[in-house]
Amino acid sequence: MMPSIAQLAMATGFILILIGFYGALTQRNLLRMIVAFTLSGTGVNIVIVAIGYMHGRTAPILDATVNAADAVSRVIDPVPQALVLTAIVIGLGVTALMLAYALKLHEQRRSLDIAKFTELKW
Amino acid sequence: MSPLLTGMTLVLCVAMIVAALLAIRDPSPEVAKTDTGGLPIAILAAGLVSLIASILFLILAAPDVAMTEAAIGSGLTTFLFFFVLGRIRRHETSGDNHD
Amino acid sequence: MIKRFIALTLLLAIGGLFASLLLGYTPDSELNQTARYYAERTSPDIGAANIVTAIIVTYRGLDTLGEVTVLFLSAAIVGLVLALGGKSGKTGRGTVPVGELLTTGTRYLAPLIMLLGVYVFVNGHLTPGGGFQGGAILASGVLLLLLADPLKRFSHVLIATIESFAGLLYVLIGLFGLVLAGGFLDNRFLPTGELGALFSAGAIPLIYSLIGLKVGAEFASMLASLSESETS
Repeated sequence: MMPSIAQLAMATGFILILIGFYGALTQRNLLRMIVAFTLSGTGVNIVIVAIGYMHGRTAPILDATVNAADAVSRVIDPVPQALVLTAIVIGLGVTALMLAYALKLHEQRRSLDIAKFTELKW
Repeated sequence: MSPLLTGMTLVLCVAMIVAALLAIRDPSPEVAKTDTGGLPIAILAAGLVSLIASILFLILAAPDVAMTEAAIGSGLTTFLFFFVLGRIRRHETSGDNHD
Repeated sequence: MIKRFIALTLLLAIGGLFASLLLGYTPDSELNQTARYYAERTSPDIGAANIVTAIIVTYRGLDTLGEVTVLFLSAAIVGLVLALGGKSGKTGRGTVPVGELLTTGTRYLAPLIMLLGVYVFVNGHLTPGGGFQGGAILASGVLLLLLADPLKRFSHVLIATIESFAGLLYVLIGLFGLVLAGGFLDNRFLPTGELGALFSAGAIPLIYSLIGLKVGAEFASMLASLSESETS
C-alpha cells in the first residue's frame, strides 16, 4: 500500500519535531539550540497542515473553477491553515526574542556555551 | 492518487530530514574551537528545511501558508540569525584584541 | 554520554507516542462542522474569495488583533533588550565594504519589492497572501536596504508612527463594525460587492492593508535593532 501525501508529510513533521528536540537537548551552544527550536516549530506546522489535507480537493480559494455553491465538496479544511499562518508569524517573534537574549548573554560572558552559565545551577 | 506527486513528496521529505540532521550535527572539534564555528552551515541548513517545507505546503494545497513560510520562515529568520552571528563575531574579534 | 542516552530515551518515548498518533490517523472524507460553515458562509456573508483570509480577518479577527499585539510586544522587547547597556563594544570596526553590484541592484530592486509587498496585502482577499506575507515582503525590502548600507539608520520615529497609526486605525475599524454592523471587526459596514472584484469583501482589504503595514513596521524595527551595531 502506498502512503498518502498527508501521511508522508505528517511522518516527516513528527521526525522533524524529534530531531529538533534532540538538538535542543544535546547541543551546548545557545545559537545551535535556537536553530533546533526553529526546526521543531517547522515540524509542528507541517503536522497541523497535513491533518487538514484531504485527498482530491483544492486550496480554500474561490475562483472560476471552484464556485461558491459547491465549495463544501471541493475545498480542504481552511482552519488549520489559518492556525499555522498565525503560528509561523509568532514563531519569528519568539525566535527574535531568543536571539536578542542570546546576544545579550554573549555580551556579558563572551561565550555561547550554556555550561558557562551557572547562576541557577546547584 | 498520482504516483508522481507522491514520489515528489517523498523526495522532499527525505531532503528535509537530511537538511535537519545537517542543521543539528555536532561540529567537529577543530571547527568548534570558537563559539560561532560551523554555525553558518547549521543556520543555512535550517533555512533550507523551511524552504522545502514551503514547497511541501504548496503540495498540501495550502498556498497561504507556503507564502508565509517562504517569506518569514526561510527568509527573515535566516537573516535574523546572520545579523546576530555577525554581531557576536564582531564581539569576538574586538574581545580578542582587548583581553 | 549519559546525557545523550537520557535524551535518546526521552525521544524514543515521545516518538512512540507520535507513532501511535500516526498509525491511528484516518483522513476525513468530509469537512467537519466548523470548516463546513466557513466554506458555505464565506462567499454570501463576507464576500471574500480567499476563505483563509476571511477566517483570519473576520471570523477570528480578535485573535489576529491579539497576534499583532504579541508581535508588537516582541519587537519592543527586542529593541529594549538590545538597547540596555549597549555601549560595551567598540564601534565602527569589522564592517565589510559593500559591492557596487549590491548598491546598484538595491536602488532598482527595493522599490519593486516594496510594491510587491503592497500588491500582496491589497489582494489578500482574492489571492493567496495577505497582511502577514505582504508585511514580511516589505520588511525584506528594508532588509535589502540594510544590507546595501550597513551603517544606514532607519528613523525609528517613522517606523513607530506607521506602526502605531496602523494599529489605532485597525481598532477604530473594528469599532466601526461594532456600531454599524454585526460586531467587533465585522467587515460589512462597507458593501461586500461582487466576488472576485478588488473593491469587495467590505472592510477586509482595508483591515488587511493596515495589518500589512503594522507587521511590516514591526519586522523592520526588529531587523533594524538587531543589525545596528554597538553604536546604538
